[in-house]
Amino acid sequence: MKRGKSILFELIRMILLLISVSILAFVLITKAPIDPLVSYIGTESTLSQEAKNEIAEYWGLNDSLPERFLTWANHVLHGDMGTSITYKRPVVDIITERFAYSFVLMLMAWLLSGVLGFILGVICGMKSGSIFDRMVKFFCLAMKSAPTFWLGLLVLMIFAVILGWFPLGMAAPIGKVASEVTLGERLYHLVLPVMTLTLVSMSEVVLYTRQKLIEIMNSDFILYARTRGENKRQIVMRHALRNIALPAITVQFASFSELFGGMALAENVFSYPGIGTATTAAAMNADVPLLLGIALCSALFVFTGNMIANGLYGIFDPRIREGGNND
Amino acid sequence: MTKREWNLSWNRRTKVALLAGIATLYLVGIFIWGLCLDPALYGVNYSEKLIAPCTEHWFGTDFMGRDMFYRCIKGLSNSLIVGVLAAGVSSILALVLGITAAIFGGWIDKFVNVCVDLCMGLPHLVLLILISFMLGKGTRGVTIAVALTHWPGLTRIVRAEVMQVRSAQYVQAAYKMGKTKVQVAVTHIMPHVLPSYLIGLILLFPHAIMHEASITFLGFGLPKEMPAIGVILSEAMNHIAMGKWWLALFPGMMLLIAVLLFDVIGEQLKKLWNPTSGNE
Repeated sequence: MKRGKSILFELIRMILLLISVSILAFVLITKAPIDPLVSYIGTESTLSQEAKNEIAEYWGLNDSLPERFLTWANHVLHGDMGTSITYKRPVVDIITERFAYSFVLMLMAWLLSGVLGFILGVICGMKSGSIFDRMVKFFCLAMKSAPTFWLGLLVLMIFAVILGWFPLGMAAPIGKVASEVTLGERLYHLVLPVMTLTLVSMSEVVLYTRQKLIEIMNSDFILYARTRGENKRQIVMRHALRNIALPAITVQFASFSELFGGMALAENVFSYPGIGTATTAAAMNADVPLLLGIALCSALFVFTGNMIANGLYGIFDPRIREGGNND
Repeated sequence: MTKREWNLSWNRRTKVALLAGIATLYLVGIFIWGLCLDPALYGVNYSEKLIAPCTEHWFGTDFMGRDMFYRCIKGLSNSLIVGVLAAGVSSILALVLGITAAIFGGWIDKFVNVCVDLCMGLPHLVLLILISFMLGKGTRGVTIAVALTHWPGLTRIVRAEVMQVRSAQYVQAAYKMGKTKVQVAVTHIMPHVLPSYLIGLILLFPHAIMHEASITFLGFGLPKEMPAIGVILSEAMNHIAMGKWWLALFPGMMLLIAVLLFDVIGEQLKKLWNPTSGNE
């Protein structure tokens, strides 16, 4: 009963937050020093002043900010996000198409970094202080401090330019009709972006898992298990993994914000046609409808991650499940 | 001095302080060097285009014949200015908001929490692009964008710290003696949160610098004619297919080292200032 109530409360809070985020994004974009009219018809248009005024009136550019926001929100709720100026197509179409590309990229990098990071973290935690552990730790610290786009450039340089194993970018071979591109070709083009994103997001999981494992291995119940004669592998498999797997998964879900940022940078390095490249194109061309749509989408994406993370905490951590008071 | 005594005098405290000192020296050195650098050293020279690294040009030259080593120093120095400025503003915001939220509580606390959630609701990079876009890009845009988006994490830390001392007896005693909330905040609570605030500030620098470089790389930050790591790397991207590896490798490496060093300073100071690990 109590849990149902808290989930409902959480849901309402999330929706309110989403509304505030969209208001924030709307205000930020409409306050930009660009004229939507100019960015739509171009600077060298021959339209008369009257015609311009008419368009402005038709678009509601002379209305007050709250009115404009309500109009926009109303349209969005009906599934209409306007037409992109850059791509000359409905924003909804562009976002769904591009998000599919980005989603595959993010999903693969997310799963890979989660699984590999967790395994590496457990090995490091078990052998803490060893040369392997130190090397991995240093590597992770360096990865954490390395700019994503630089890492992408290095990966591109080594594997595409010097070794020539993988293509230079894009999501499919140049000059091929979209319907003829095979799954293998798509995967082949995905390898380098996924690798970059995995390297960037992995270090967090490795360091977190390692730290947690070391903490748990020093606790009393592990000492007790050792006195019962269990060896190190048994202790880790039977007791430690249960205690660290869920926090690690939760951390992984809570990292959607960084994942999105990393994806945007990686896509720009590899000119991969996803949401990330669309974001920069939209902001470059002052494409207001598309930029707003992407902002909303990315907020929704981060919310989903946070909500799953919160849910997991609530379900699996008895202290939070029964307490419910954070202060 | 015997060998044993020598070892003793180099205890962990000294070593940690020395490490942090060297790191600081390096960063301050780059910063000042970049400020005083003669622009002619990284000027355009078309007769020396795209030279691979050699003794004369340590990091090689780019497609306009500019020396990459001096350009990197100048660029890093520029990045440091933007990063330090933005992180400083962000941290002061965090300090004020965190203390106010915890001391006044009630709706002020709720309001600050909503602001933190709001700021964290969008992916950080998207928020940075939006703010920079609103301010018309450029140096001003990126500095303000970075300054306005790095406070949420530190605000939470400061708030939690203040929550811990809020009910301490000496704070309550101060209230009973008729001090106002602002007086108590300044004289009794601020000194207590200062260490974790300063460490938070130092750990904020690398984030700020990295985000500045990312935004610049995407084209929403420092202008193209200004030497900055982000600009250098986005130019390098155009030449990478031709195998000009030095254009990307060294500038990024310089940024990586700077970011790592800030982390080192922050972590070492954390150890020094924490009474339990400070005297090991």
